[in-house]
Amino acid sequence: MAEATVRKARPKHLNLVQIRLPLPGIVSILHRISGVALFLCLPLLLWLFGASLGSQEELESFYAVFGFSVLGLPIVKLVLLGLLWSFLHHFCAGIRFLLLDMHIGIELPAARMSSVIVLVVSLALTVVTGALIW
Amino acid sequence: MVKRLVVGAHYGFGDWLLQRLTAVVMALYTVLLVVRLLMMPSRDVFAWYDVFANGPMRFATFLFFMSLFYHAWVGVRDIFMDYVKPISVRLALHAVVAFLLLGYAGWAAQILWRL
Repeated sequence: MAEATVRKARPKHLNLVQIRLPLPGIVSILHRISGVALFLCLPLLLWLFGASLGSQEELESFYAVFGFSVLGLPIVKLVLLGLLWSFLHHFCAGIRFLLLDMHIGIELPAARMSSVIVLVVSLALTVVTGALIW
Repeated sequence: MVKRLVVGAHYGFGDWLLQRLTAVVMALYTVLLVVRLLMMPSRDVFAWYDVFANGPMRFATFLFFMSLFYHAWVGVRDIFMDYVKPISVRLALHAVVAFLLLGYAGWAAQILWRL
């Protein structure tokens, strides 16, 4: 009787290209990736925050060096936009995880629905905020 | 059933809980900051400066930064535990991240208490 439970040889796809994640899995890995991005860019963000609160002379010299020559570059703005999305996705997905921790929405349809909401809302907020500050 | 030796160590519950508590602090601060920014009388550096240059907001912002750095510590440590297996490399990375985050905390305090 005990021998009846034969271990099934399941296909293991640990190849990153072959793995197909379900929607909640996509939200989860993006939560991790956005967290890493935010962590790696902490010095940049702290530096910008400090510069924005400097004295008038400091602000003027900051603008003279980095003003429209650097901060106006589309590629720089795109990086900052990426960080904005990282923050918003991490924020939305984080709230979802807190709700899941409280056993709210843990059934599959609800979890799938909330994954879609997280992806859509964070992207929409990025577009709106990005358009405001571009 | 999982059988494991019960030793005196804790299994990370404290960090798990603090990761969530710091997340709540940061989420509340984010809402507060967005409301304050929307209430700015004008959209310039002076109004931006005034948002942060008062006692309660400086306290809240510092609390946000402390939460952020502790949250980042737990998160980055979890990632190293998932992907970095050699214990010496993992330990070295943990040390680098811990000292970096301590430095960031000092930096954040310096930015805020200059105002």
